[in-house]
Amino acid sequence: MSDFVDLFSLPFMQRALLAALLTGLAAPAIGTFLVQRRLALLGDGIGHVAVTGVAIGLLTNTSPTWTAVVVAILGAVLIEVIRERGHTNGDVALALLFYGGLAGGVLITGLAGQGAARLQEYLFGSLTSITAGDVWFTFGLTVVLLVTTLGLLPQLFAVSSDPDFARVAGLRVRLYNLLIAVLAAVTVTVAMRTVGLLLVSALMVVPVATAQQLARSFRTTIAGAMVVGVLAALGGLLLSAALSFRATVAPGPTIVLLALAMFASTWPIGVWLRRRRRMLSPFASVEVATHTVTDEHPHQHGTDCGHPAVPHADHVDYVHDGHRHAVHGEHYDEH
Amino acid sequence: MPVSPGAPPVEVRDGSVAIGGRPILRGIDLTVRSGEFLALMGANGSGKSTLVRAITGLLPTTGGGISLFGTPYADFRDWKRVGFVPQRASAASGVPATVWEVVASGRITRRRPFLPLSREDRRAIADAIDVVGLSDSTGLGVSQLSGGQQQRVLIARALAGEPDLLVLDEPTAGVDLGNQRALADALATFKAGGATIVLVAHELGPMAPLIDRAVVMRDGRIAYDGPALDEEDAHGHHHPLAASHDHVPHVGSPLDELGGGR
Ligand SMILES: Nc1ncnc2c1ncn2[C@@H]1O[C@H](COP(=O)(O)OP(=O)(O)OP(=O)(O)O)[C@@H](O)[C@H]1O
Ligand SMILES: [Mg+2]
Ligand SMILES: [Zn+2]
Ligand SMILES: [Zn+2]
Ligand SMILES: [Zn+2]
Repeated sequence: MSDFVDLFSLPFMQRALLAALLTGLAAPAIGTFLVQRRLALLGDGIGHVAVTGVAIGLLTNTSPTWTAVVVAILGAVLIEVIRERGHTNGDVALALLFYGGLAGGVLITGLAGQGAARLQEYLFGSLTSITAGDVWFTFGLTVVLLVTTLGLLPQLFAVSSDPDFARVAGLRVRLYNLLIAVLAAVTVTVAMRTVGLLLVSALMVVPVATAQQLARSFRTTIAGAMVVGVLAALGGLLLSAALSFRATVAPGPTIVLLALAMFASTWPIGVWLRRRRRMLSPFASVEVATHTVTDEHPHQHGTDCGHPAVPHADHVDYVHDGHRHAVHGEHYDEH
Repeated sequence: MPVSPGAPPVEVRDGSVAIGGRPILRGIDLTVRSGEFLALMGANGSGKSTLVRAITGLLPTTGGGISLFGTPYADFRDWKRVGFVPQRASAASGVPATVWEVVASGRITRRRPFLPLSREDRRAIADAIDVVGLSDSTGLGVSQLSGGQQQRVLIARALAGEPDLLVLDEPTAGVDLGNQRALADALATFKAGGATIVLVAHELGPMAPLIDRAVVMRDGRIAYDGPALDEEDAHGHHHPLAASHDHVPHVGSPLDELGGGR
């Protein structure tokens, strides 16, 4: 256990924790808009394209991070353009880039004579390789990303929820769509070191799916997703560090599995909440045509009788066993 | 922007629209006067949505010209004067959102980036929700609402920007009578403020008394333009949306004239 505590004094661990925190904040923030636009897999497509970017960096002996940023942004713009122009579905465009990016990356890394191990660092994340420079880079990009997404939240919300409406409202929809794509590309490269390119998208989507279970407003969804993202990123990192005394445990997969576990545990709550909301939403205030009195009714309905009290016009109906009972003088009416 | 007070909110002169090289609208001449409530009618596929999308700038015209409030379309920037309710079945998207949030997004026309909502914005949003009668449901998720209530949310969203011209594409499709009445009341309130309304609809229902003028489309052209027809004239008998039967009015004279001439 003291070994585990000692870990925190290691500089690389501190850097990794900081990077994880930033990634956990940024990825779900932009991911919320992707999910809203029903483009949940866009992050994945960009991640695959970025593999080629990393490989180019390795081949040319420049910083793989920078080449990854450039190639990821180009890929994101390309996906967005294909999606907008190609009137058929964007799925195919995404798929083409998926395979092209991954195949290109693996091929170029081979040409560069670098071992698979080097590429692996970027594919699945690697704690120990994070430098102080990487942390500053991550920090800068995260700040830009959060300021843009949260500052432009009303605009991005309008564009993502109804592009036609947004255009008639005078917003430059194409520009905002490109902005979302570029921000997603930036996020992918930010998260590359912690979760790895192949799993980045999970950190963009799973926290949003988790927050959606419990939230019913957009604001709580995006805030909740960021909380889940941070918990998963930090928790996953610590968990993998703690386990690494016994076995090799990569942080990326641990973070993603933890996020999935959080989704799995909120899912039943979400089902229950939605059921309850549906249960308690008011009955249509249609005039009750006939006066039907209940048969024998020994139970006394009241505020805490245990039966859901659902608003119905100017009174409440108590719901049980498929009946809607409304108090009427000394007896109950069937509504 | 210089705005002449009497400039018509919408003016289409010899407008044509083609989609993928295929002419859809041809020779459209339409002037909507200020304060007018115009109903745009016609069968499925007759080009109502296409015309509305051309007017709102979502589709480019391939010929002729469109002016909004006296400004040619290419120079028009005053989009806060236009409110749009697209033809959509639902107000929901991939992420949950409340009624208030969706309506508030309509205020986008008058907001600057990076600035929070002003008190004026909040008032306009609350008013818009009030007009469509959803004040009790501001905190509910839009996906929880019925189709008719979601249409009311979409109308409130357009009203939140306090436009001078409201364009609605079939907000009443598949909406029950109670909700149609609520929609009609909202539009009556809005019209009373002096605004101009263009409404696409198959059946006018409770809206009928509000309509000043009806335009009927047929196969991409305007087949009738004149005073509102009452329901009996427009639909001599009651029928569902029969495929072989379009919604051109069955009044004798205007059609007879058009039938030969064009
Ligand atoms: N994206 C498109 N691509 C090709 N043709 C289209 C497209 N959109 C519309 N059309 C064609 O344009 C014509 C007019 O369609 P439009 O949607 O304007 O009809 P509408 O009057 O609004 O019908 P509805 O009552 O069904 O809404 C139709 O013949 C349709 O086939
Ligand atoms: Mg239509
Ligand atoms: Zn009742
Ligand atoms: Zn009972
Ligand atoms: Zn009774």
